[in-house]
Amino acid sequence: MNIFVCIKQVPATNKVQVDEQTGVLKRTGVASKMNPYDLYALETALRLKAEHGGTVTVGTMGPPQAQSIIREAYMMGADDGYVFSDRRLGGADVLATSYTLSQAIRSVGDFDLILCGKQTTDGDTAQVGPAIAEYLGIPHAAWVSRLTVNGDGVDAEQQLQDVIETVHMPFPCLVTVEQDICMPRLPSLKIAREIGDKPIHIQGLDSFLDTDENHYGLSGSATQVERIFPPENDVEHEIWEEGNHAAHLMETLKKWKFI
Amino acid sequence: MAKIAVLERKCTGCGLCQSNCPFGAIEMVGGKPELNAACKVCGICVKNCPEKAILKLETKTSEIDKSKWNDILVFTEVSGNRLHPVGLELIGKAHELADPVGFKVKAVLVGNGVACYAEELRHYGVSEIAVYDDPSLSFFRADAYASCVEDYIRFCRPSVVLVGATSLGRSLAPRLSTRFHTGLTADCTRLELRENSDLVQIRPAFGGNIMAQIVTTHTRPQFATVRYKVMNPAVRRDTPYGTILSRNLPRDVALSPVKCIRVTPVPQKRNISDAEILVVGGRGLQKESDLDMIRELAALLGGDWATTRPLVEKGWTTNDRQIGLSGRTVRPKLILTCGVSGAIQFTSCMNASDHIIAINTDRNAPIFDVAHIAIVDDLYKVIPELISKLKEVQA
Ligand SMILES: Cc1cc2nc3c(=O)[nH]c(=O)nc-3n(C[C@H](O)[C@H](O)[C@H](O)COP(=O)(O)OP(=O)(O)OC[C@H]3O[C@@H](n4cnc5c(N)ncnc54)[C@H](O)[C@@H]3O)c2cc1C
Ligand SMILES: Nc1ncnc2c1ncn2[C@@H]1O[C@H](COP(=O)(O)O)[C@@H](O)[C@H]1O
Repeated sequence: MNIFVCIKQVPATNKVQVDEQTGVLKRTGVASKMNPYDLYALETALRLKAEHGGTVTVGTMGPPQAQSIIREAYMMGADDGYVFSDRRLGGADVLATSYTLSQAIRSVGDFDLILCGKQTTDGDTAQVGPAIAEYLGIPHAAWVSRLTVNGDGVDAEQQLQDVIETVHMPFPCLVTVEQDICMPRLPSLKIAREIGDKPIHIQGLDSFLDTDENHYGLSGSATQVERIFPPENDVEHEIWEEGNHAAHLMETLKKWKFI
Repeated sequence: MAKIAVLERKCTGCGLCQSNCPFGAIEMVGGKPELNAACKVCGICVKNCPEKAILKLETKTSEIDKSKWNDILVFTEVSGNRLHPVGLELIGKAHELADPVGFKVKAVLVGNGVACYAEELRHYGVSEIAVYDDPSLSFFRADAYASCVEDYIRFCRPSVVLVGATSLGRSLAPRLSTRFHTGLTADCTRLELRENSDLVQIRPAFGGNIMAQIVTTHTRPQFATVRYKVMNPAVRRDTPYGTILSRNLPRDVALSPVKCIRVTPVPQKRNISDAEILVVGGRGLQKESDLDMIRELAALLGGDWATTRPLVEKGWTTNDRQIGLSGRTVRPKLILTCGVSGAIQFTSCMNASDHIIAINTDRNAPIFDVAHIAIVDDLYKVIPELISKLKEVQA
């Protein structure tokens, strides 16, 4: 079974800066890490491989610095890693990101299973996974908390609002995983020593089937960020500093008819 | 826009695409498929090619005629045995957006035995309710559900499609928007409609530190998901209005390879989003057992309790109790926060509550910027006293 895991590099803190002109994240100079939710997708892939054989390939669309998360994935046990990096891919929204990743995955090879994290901590949309599946013309299951191989495909437990729904999907298919699916392992120094500086593939748009740059990055995006502004707070409030606050609270709750 | 391409090296010439094509747009030439002008780029061949030898390629987007896309469509999710209340909130918002520009509000229901909810929706000023009711839709499959909604969108050509940001909605919406090669904005907290029918979508971005205003200017429809409890629900009217349109099942539904194995109901825990009164504990609590105080106060007030994220991370409680960007949005009549600093990821998901009272020892805590009553005091002093006073009253 060949598995592809989509991973993304995200800022390590929540104090990120945004380019006010384009609304695009300023990534330079900010410490970054692997999107925490993607660790669960990678761990799931590694466990499936341990059980059923096959390969685990990881890939990310991002700047060349994103190699560091591929290296981290290698240290967890991934077999092969790709950074899809090209100036023309920058500024992509969900539509362009998922199109790029679908093209990229096709250019790398044939995969039975594609795994994604449930969402990123920066883009925070939880939409890229299902959108990739749509572009690849394959089924998907989202919010999956249990995944097992069953014959020609997988059984996936999707956490919906009022029910847990288990579906069977034939390969190839895509799954986005919940945090409670497993506990991710730590990167291993032993593996790091064994693999040395195992190469990371870096590919640009020219390696894709569709090389028309209008379909990627900002120009391939359907949404535009028009404006970025700080959240506003303008409530009128009373400040209570002195006195018996419990008694005062009781009066207020009575006045508001809560008691 | 998009076109279909065949990968010669993978194609085995089995001809399945030809027999599957509803438009007769595929001819086998020299044993390989060729597409003719009848192709509607529906993607059925892409989805069902056993070799995955057919794919959809994007071609340059041309400017669309916005005047051909009118009205606002709401996907009204049915979950369990009820109309999910977020649907009525979206209808409420849709009316606010639609009325000034003369758009209509429409709804689409997908599932098994969902026709009964259409009658109820007629009481919310919805002009047309499309119903896809079939036993094969009795459980959620994103691809099959997307095919139904896609069918109705092609039929009614809405300018805007609103979907609740539930687990189901967030799995469905990206498949749909991708089918139309258009934009989808997740978790919008504010929506406005411009005269030229562009939807202004405002959402917290980058961990909520900043708000982003997003528009979809050159494609239609414009897709947005909105969380439960963010918009005001539509008001029920006595006289029903609007027509119910029963639609045939689109062909794709039967082609979905996804099979349901089992559906297990999740034991219905009370949802903090549904509480009218909430008492919230933050990291100002020193130990796990201090949460008992929060629970007791909540019970005395006839409400429910919740926490900030750090307490979930400590394992003191579970994620379904967490308010915030990575938890739930709440909008109770009364919320009392105890030892909560008021990080933006927290406040952005509770600041629409009717009455906000915050207790914090730090006069400069940002929670006081959103609180109607800011109590600068020790929660370990105020809460036990309040509890004993409440007990006195109730005794
Ligand atoms: C991407 C992202 C998503 C996030 N999502 C969420 C989310 O969904 N929900 C969430 O809550 N957080 C979330 N966070 C974390 C958030 O930034 C804050 O760290 C968190 O909300 C702080 O929780 P707190 O107020 O309980 O703790 P603290 O910030 O530690 O505040 C504790 C407060 O208690 C006060 N205090 C201490 N002792 C007392 C006392 N005896 N009496 C009264 N007051 C006292 C202190 O003055 C302080 O203000 C997220 C962060 C990121 C980066
Ligand atoms: N640039 C990217 N490169 C690789 N995978 C990505 C990228 N963006 C998103 N993903 C995947 O899609 C998931 C959902 O992302 P999002 O829609 O941004 O919340 C992530 O957990 C990743 O698995």
